[in-house]
Amino acid sequence: MRLSFPQLLARIGFSALAAIIGILFALPLIWFIFAPFNARAELGIAIPDPWTLQNFLTVFGNGFAMRGLLNSLIQSVGGVILVAAAATLAAYALSRSSIPGKSIVTYVLLLFSSVVSGTAAMVPIFLIVSSVGLMDTHIAVILVFAGGLLPTAMFILRDFIDGIPKTYEESAMVAGASPVQAFFDVALPVIRPGIVVVVVWAFVNIWGSFLIPFILLRSDDLMPSSVAIYSFYSEAGTPIVTLLAAYSLIYSLPVVALYLFVSWKFGFRFFGGIKA
Amino acid sequence: MASVEFQNVTKSFGTFNAVSDISFKVADGEFICLLGPSGCGKTTSLRMIAGLETPSSGKIMIGPDDVTHLHPKDRQISMVFQDYALYPHMNLADNIAYPLKVRGESVEKRHKRAKEVADVLKIGDLLNRLPSQISGGQQQRTSLARALVYPSRVYLFDEPLSNLDAKLRLEARGFLNHLQRDMGMTAVYVTHDQAEAMALATRIAVMDRGRIVQFAPPIEIYRRPATTFVANFVGNPPMNMIPVEGTVDGERLQLRAHGVLVRDLPISQGIKAALGKGAGLTLGVRPEHLSMGTINDVNMVSGKLFANENMGPEKLVTFERQDGGRVTARIFTDDAVETTENVAFTFDGAHATLFDAEGKRIPADGEMPL
Ligand SMILES: Nc1ncnc2c1ncn2[C@@H]1O[C@H](COP(=O)(O)OP(=O)(O)O)[C@@H](O)[C@H]1O
Ligand SMILES: [Mg+2]
Repeated sequence: MRLSFPQLLARIGFSALAAIIGILFALPLIWFIFAPFNARAELGIAIPDPWTLQNFLTVFGNGFAMRGLLNSLIQSVGGVILVAAAATLAAYALSRSSIPGKSIVTYVLLLFSSVVSGTAAMVPIFLIVSSVGLMDTHIAVILVFAGGLLPTAMFILRDFIDGIPKTYEESAMVAGASPVQAFFDVALPVIRPGIVVVVVWAFVNIWGSFLIPFILLRSDDLMPSSVAIYSFYSEAGTPIVTLLAAYSLIYSLPVVALYLFVSWKFGFRFFGGIKA
Repeated sequence: MASVEFQNVTKSFGTFNAVSDISFKVADGEFICLLGPSGCGKTTSLRMIAGLETPSSGKIMIGPDDVTHLHPKDRQISMVFQDYALYPHMNLADNIAYPLKVRGESVEKRHKRAKEVADVLKIGDLLNRLPSQISGGQQQRTSLARALVYPSRVYLFDEPLSNLDAKLRLEARGFLNHLQRDMGMTAVYVTHDQAEAMALATRIAVMDRGRIVQFAPPIEIYRRPATTFVANFVGNPPMNMIPVEGTVDGERLQLRAHGVLVRDLPISQGIKAALGKGAGLTLGVRPEHLSMGTINDVNMVSGKLFANENMGPEKLVTFERQDGGRVTARIFTDDAVETTENVAFTFDGAHATLFDAEGKRIPADGEMPL
């Protein structure tokens, strides 16, 4: 096919625009990869000369920041387990049972969840947590995250389970399985790809969250990385770019690793039903 | 094996009765087909036997036990689902052996048994595959194997062949018939395909809008359809239905379609009773009972040629009568239809069925069971 001159011009223009936008998005990432290995990193992009691990060594020496990574892991994993387990059971019940008005329940919860995890609810959450006596504990952070993420997780999973034919469990029960056996043997493995999506989504949410742990925790040795990252700011509030870059890279690795692991193990693909 | 009995079973969803007050009994070793158009309540009835739906009222018995409120797992039954319901994460061996797993059999024992059943069904060398890696016909046999792998009192089938292509369907149908003869299983088989029901059933329950309209052996359903609905549903092409006006002339009844005399027969007790409901009757004639004739014959229908379809050993000749109604005849391929304007066919009065004004079949006097 031959293009007319104006068409050709339009194509070139469009491609150029797309390239510029692409570069704009790529720049921070390039910085993110180069800066940690540069002893003189600044906010501009520069190829490290020489490449060095000095930034990382300094970061590893910062006990508060290292402890933060562990705390992030405790809070994220705890929250993810709670969200995934509770959302799976709740979504399964909401999808399979014939409770009247069950979809209203889901929508109301979904509506409130944006309130619960929102900034507006911070004062009441603070009051509740402190009156229950859970202030400054991992449990408090985990519970508040779970409460905020659960409705959306339930919504995602319910939708997923609705799409799975009931006949899987029905055939298991006719074959002699109890409802619990049918759930664990047949339903759960089929739902697993949906659960994996929720796990990744919840992990990323908790891992990157700043406000909730910042408000609910006091002790330095409980703070997650999202808070601990502020130890790489000078007294005056200016970032120490070199260390910040190195720590950021370390901080982002678990999320990347989780994505890689999940896509290797589960491929982000779904079994679905068997089509005839 | 065991018998199955429905006692005045009704199942309603909200205000809608999917199954209305049906009662029937399946004897031990019988193969029953529930036949009817889509939405008539076949699946719902079957699921109530399985325990996947609970009747709104009435009672269901399996053998001597009232199972109306029993959990499916405690009913000792097998079911083959329309979508096969094979577990996508288990290979065929584990799929087939799953019922044995929940019965607490050891791994060796259940894989040995799965292999035996799979070999009978010719899927023995696919046992390591996942359900997504085998063909539709093989999936169907896998779901059958899973139903056969453990001893059951009743076997339930919900349109198990409807997802297969025509050739595989015939093959599977033959196999099911063989299996029934071999095992003498009690089976309830749901289908909307009348040929399947004819081929497999010892008795057919024809359902319409949540009710059973006729429950009889296939031959009786075919030869003596209880209502015009059954006559229309069973047989391919279906029975020809000719609306006729009945007039009494002495001791004889004359049937006219648009003034043209179609048939003249002696009045029986049944006809007398039927005429009480109205003179608008329906004459039913199966396509194979029509043969080529002339305008002057008795028991004659005629009209303009509409279609002439060659089927191999036979052909289907369809013509349009004066009132626009169509009649199809099944005749030998070598019988030539000479004219197109006034095609005439005669039928043997003994094979014609008369339905009263309400669409119910009028029995002949002293009719013997078939
Ligand atoms: N769970 C249900 N809720 C509401 N209506 C249903 C349900 N299951 C079946 N029905 C209705 O009951 C009728 C009979 O359904 P079904 O037994 O599946 O018919 P068939 O198998 O003969 O095609 C249909 O009109 C269907 O829409
Ligand atoms: Mg059905």
